[in-house]
Amino acid sequence: MNDVLDVALRLLIVFGVFLTFPLIIGQTEHKVMAHMQGRLGPMYAGGFHGWAQLVADGVKFAQKEDVVPAGADRRIFQLAPAVALLPYLLVLLAIPIGPGEGAVGVLIDAGIFFVLAVMGVGVLGSLMAGWASANKFSLLGGLRTAAQLLAYELPMLLAAASVAMAAGTVSLPGILNAFEWWWLPWQIVGAIVFFVAGLAELQRPPFDMPVADSEIIFGAYTEYTGLRFALFLLAEYAGIVVLCGLTTVLFLGGWHGPWGADGLGWVWTLLKTAVLAFIVIWLRVTYPRLREDQLQKLSWTLLVPLSLAQIALTGIVKVVIQ
Amino acid sequence: MTLAAAATAVATDATSMAAESPGFLSPTGVEIAFLLVGVVTFGAAIVTVTTRQLVHAALWLVVTLGGLAVEYLLLTAEFIAWVQVLIYVGSVVVLLLFGLMLTKAPIGRSPDADSGNRWAALTVAVATAAALVWVVVDAFRTTWIDLDGAPAGSTEVTGKALFQNWVLPFEALSVLLLAALVGAIVLSRKAKADATATTASVPGSRSDKGGAR
Repeated sequence: MNDVLDVALRLLIVFGVFLTFPLIIGQTEHKVMAHMQGRLGPMYAGGFHGWAQLVADGVKFAQKEDVVPAGADRRIFQLAPAVALLPYLLVLLAIPIGPGEGAVGVLIDAGIFFVLAVMGVGVLGSLMAGWASANKFSLLGGLRTAAQLLAYELPMLLAAASVAMAAGTVSLPGILNAFEWWWLPWQIVGAIVFFVAGLAELQRPPFDMPVADSEIIFGAYTEYTGLRFALFLLAEYAGIVVLCGLTTVLFLGGWHGPWGADGLGWVWTLLKTAVLAFIVIWLRVTYPRLREDQLQKLSWTLLVPLSLAQIALTGIVKVVIQ
Repeated sequence: MTLAAAATAVATDATSMAAESPGFLSPTGVEIAFLLVGVVTFGAAIVTVTTRQLVHAALWLVVTLGGLAVEYLLLTAEFIAWVQVLIYVGSVVVLLLFGLMLTKAPIGRSPDADSGNRWAALTVAVATAAALVWVVVDAFRTTWIDLDGAPAGSTEVTGKALFQNWVLPFEALSVLLLAALVGAIVLSRKAKADATATTASVPGSRSDKGGAR
């Protein structure tokens, strides 16, 4: 009975994180973007600096009519948001937040493979949405999504493989246990490649060609309204949480910190994740959108060779150490 | 796609039969789950090859391949299960959908989505299924997985088996994949070189190109 309670509690906590963290990042994005652009952002909802703006947005989305276009493939159109969102919930289960075996939702032996595999499934949601909408802009968005995933999945995997080689394990808590501070300069190229490829997989600016609102009107999500559209937005922010958490765990040492790693390890994890999330928002405000051919070129001619070089470096250092 | 789906169906069939025979009269929970997932996977595989809607076929293929991954999990082969999801659901199906969307992906039924070779395909599929079921049942009839003991399909065990006992097939396969990769690059470069050669030989094309830019 105790085991059942334990599992239920863990799932509940992860679900809570899944529901709150994306909203916190969304609200932070409102504010950070506003201040970087010399304005205030939402100020009224909830009273203090518009903290309840996203709650108000949620209520607004829930009130809207759920429209399915006449020519659309009804079932797939309605199923797509769930397919886009659920994988991120599953990935959150596997991300360790502190030292010890208790600080992770579910202990998974091949953790890296699990998180990367399940994250890849989320893109199927965008593909389904793009096709089922019966709209040429949506289809274009879906096509671009697929092309982007195919290009950026490889460097992401290679960068993750480099860390796995360094640690000698593919389990996420195992990698954190093996972490030393000098891994930071050693794996920095892999970290950047992983983060950039992850951003591209989430279709965040500057890699938002598949949803480019000014030319293909939000791509695969053009026809969505109300709650289903909100679910896609939630998937994007949940994706940011997952990507930043994963980069923290794989490359920045997760719960390791200059002091207090035993009791306050989870604070370090959250702090690093928050800093990375801030960088994600910062990039959105700073860089213009990459063109489709530039996107492909960046991946195949820069990120893939860089990640291969990182793997070679990891191998050499590993052999020298032994 | 027909062949791939048929092969999947076959694999499901084979695995479910292998698990069924020993604990037939007093099945454990795992065995029941295995059979149920097997039935779902098999059904999805059949729909994949019989549906007239092309994109639906690809999406049913996702269900089939995902069901197979669950079966691997139930057989304690965790590493293989995640690799299955990563490669097949995450990449191969995305590539398939990309190809479909790029060429022909109508919403609704495609009247021409039927092959005249369906009986030949069915024969080949059934023959392959029979051969695989026979081989698997014959090989693993008395093999049991100890669920309480050390995990038999963890990354460590799989890696050791792969790089100690099966290095030669593994290396042969990697050379094959490398050859395919190099071949793809050579082909794409050749097409590009041909295209630039033709445009260069047409008089006035340079100025046209400049004007277009």
